[in-house]
Amino acid sequence: MFGYYLDLALRSLRRNKALTALMVLAIALGIGASMTTLTVLHVLSGDPLPERSSTLYYPQVDPRDSAGHDSDKEPMEQVSWTDGMNLLQAKRADRQALMTGGTVAIQPTQSALDPFYEDARFATADFFPMFGVPFQYGHGWSAADDDSSARLVVISSKLNDKLFGGKDSTGQMLRLEGTALRIVGVLGDWRPNPHFYDLNVTNYAESEGVYMPLSTSQDLQLAHDGSVDCWGNGGAGPRPDHSATCVWLQFWVQLDSPAQAAVYKEFLVHYSQEQKALGRFQRPPNVRLRNLMGWLDYQMVVPGDVRLQVWLAFGFLLVCLVNTVGLMLAKFMRRAGELGVRRALGASRRALFAQLLVEAGVIGLSGGIGGLLLAFLGLWLVRQQPASYAALAHLDPGMLLTTFLLALGASLLAGLLPAWRACQITPALQLKSN
Amino acid sequence: MDILPILSTLRRHKITAWLLILEIALTCAIVCNAVFLVSQRLERMNLPSGIAEHELVQVQLANIGNRSDAEARAKTDLAALRQIPGVTQVALVFQMPFTDGGSSNSGIKLDPQQREDTADVTQYMGENLLSTLGTKLVAGRDFRPDEFVNLDTAVAALHTGDLKGLPQVLVVTQALADRLWPGQSALGKQIYLGQGLAFRVVGVVAHLARPNRLSKGVEYSTVWPISMNVSQGASFLIRCAPQERERVLKSALAALKQLDPNRVVLQKRTYDEARHAFFANDRAMTGILVGVCLALLIVTALGIVGLASFWVAQRRRTIGVRRALGATRANILHYFQTENFLLATLGIVLGMVLAYGINLFLMMHYELPRLPVIYFPVGAALLWVIGQIAVFGPALRAAAVPPVVATRSV
Repeated sequence: MFGYYLDLALRSLRRNKALTALMVLAIALGIGASMTTLTVLHVLSGDPLPERSSTLYYPQVDPRDSAGHDSDKEPMEQVSWTDGMNLLQAKRADRQALMTGGTVAIQPTQSALDPFYEDARFATADFFPMFGVPFQYGHGWSAADDDSSARLVVISSKLNDKLFGGKDSTGQMLRLEGTALRIVGVLGDWRPNPHFYDLNVTNYAESEGVYMPLSTSQDLQLAHDGSVDCWGNGGAGPRPDHSATCVWLQFWVQLDSPAQAAVYKEFLVHYSQEQKALGRFQRPPNVRLRNLMGWLDYQMVVPGDVRLQVWLAFGFLLVCLVNTVGLMLAKFMRRAGELGVRRALGASRRALFAQLLVEAGVIGLSGGIGGLLLAFLGLWLVRQQPASYAALAHLDPGMLLTTFLLALGASLLAGLLPAWRACQITPALQLKSN
Repeated sequence: MDILPILSTLRRHKITAWLLILEIALTCAIVCNAVFLVSQRLERMNLPSGIAEHELVQVQLANIGNRSDAEARAKTDLAALRQIPGVTQVALVFQMPFTDGGSSNSGIKLDPQQREDTADVTQYMGENLLSTLGTKLVAGRDFRPDEFVNLDTAVAALHTGDLKGLPQVLVVTQALADRLWPGQSALGKQIYLGQGLAFRVVGVVAHLARPNRLSKGVEYSTVWPISMNVSQGASFLIRCAPQERERVLKSALAALKQLDPNRVVLQKRTYDEARHAFFANDRAMTGILVGVCLALLIVTALGIVGLASFWVAQRRRTIGVRRALGATRANILHYFQTENFLLATLGIVLGMVLAYGINLFLMMHYELPRLPVIYFPVGAALLWVIGQIAVFGPALRAAAVPPVVATRSV
């Protein structure tokens, strides 16, 4: 039966080629636009560390003076050197890391390469195990290295390729800002999206090329890169003073269970009270402990333009669907005579309905395939855009499946009303009028 | 033209008619809002910066390792750049209007006792900044050489609370002056920073946009007598005639490299390129919005053509009968045109309500202003015109149906 319906559908579609093309094109455009924007949204709002994100938290405390104080205000988005060090040394979490960004000049030993700048991350030892950073060669550093400001670095695989042709470079020296540092590790492939641990760099930035102990970076007086927020009479250049009333570091903790998170939040409140008693903090305790995804939500990482584009694309899809429903309805109604004859010859309503739905399905499937091709084109166009996330816009299998379901669902939905209306025909009336 | 027969015909195609109305309404609503968004983006992209945009080139260098002679090096660098033929002004500045990256911003108060800041302003710094940028002074004066302090000195002074190391005066934009002291002269007025540090306004410039954070007030800018050098993140800003920019940029790079080869070039570009890059996302979004609008209008127009063609084919006999009974071709043509006009009108009315609703939603989520009233008549006229164009072909075909059709059986 299905084969027969399919044959009927194809015949009917062939009879009005322009109209069929119009319906298919409308669905394809709508699906293509929606899938392109949905894929971008999906890529951008993804979980950067799916296995670990639920145990990673970003503690915030409020060290500001009471000027401009409102009880509902959010605490500061980074920590000062003093608070960062206090929280780090308290070791109340399963793992904790204090970090900030920088840009360092690399002086390659090969004369063929000019000195160049590379993004760097100044962090404490737990950075690697806490974020599950993969290593290609070697390893990270230990807390003892942090304490002794050891002159060592970990480099990304990309930088390793550039400087050492991808060979195991551990043990070699890297000249950086006039100082030689020993390479202890080379990272594997690692690019969490978004760049969650420091959103002051562009949200979808590539991972850094150089990683070194925070203490070492301070010893070498390396310039810090990122946002600095000061209060009171604080002010800071690229090398903030450790006692300045400014926040410029990120502090992350790993807490393996929600119970531990509750305990840690308690600890943050206690810490704030203690600091207030010491006279460092002036506001009543104001703390937050967001987990990774909560932090990304709060920071509204996904660009507003991307959400707007999704709305726009779905609006467009809606118009395309309404357009297709109207055309299909008109088309089915025009064939009332033919359908009347089939009804009179004994075809049940259900059979007619199935036949018309097959026709709608054929249009939907063609539209879906067209939409998929358009989505590939759309994503290619997105990748040509200047935005920092552009390179990430690729269709994954999940989104591919979504495209097909969306196309099929949309076209069946579009076929439902016309098919149902066409089945309501009274056969006798149709036969008589002709 | 009699409307009643049209309405009674439409009543027989209720669902199809409503679908067409719905399509027109949705198109109208989306297009109105999309065009409004485009106009907002265009306005943003065309914001005046207040500087001599086509006469500036920027070179940003970075030292390798720390150096102690940064101040002296800055002086020789600037002197060398001034020697380049065609260069009229040179400055070491930290930020430029409409550029991404670091910017220095601060809350200011009008009264040291105030709890909340009056405005969030950006802080421009650098010697010779105003004449290099080409910003027009409308009142007061530029800084005197003896008023300048180095950034490191200023930060240290801020830290220790030692007022002597801090600059005493500043220059503000007209927009900021109007915000802080409406209707008064800003000259000699005091503003307060941090915990009650006072500064006096000595000059007012016509326009000077901030680098980013535009939502805090595009022209809430201040200029400070603070000098900076390369290791503090400043870049060289060189002013020359527009047609000389490429050559000057090349000579400047060569001159700087010759003075100290141990530096890395982070940035070398004309100001026009910098501004172009800053608004790249807005430009892309404008393109997308315009594309969607066009696609929507085309899809809707084709939908109208398709439906009208169906109706014409379906009513061939009726048309024949009307023609046989004496209706002229013009009557038939007008019939279909009026029908389309009625449907479009209903769609537009519905669409305007929808457009208003979408606008309210966008206002809540995207800090957008209200849709100006002018969009409603213009949007309506546009859709009417598109509807009439789309229906013209099928209507002509209907008018061409000969009266003899009435006598033939199908």
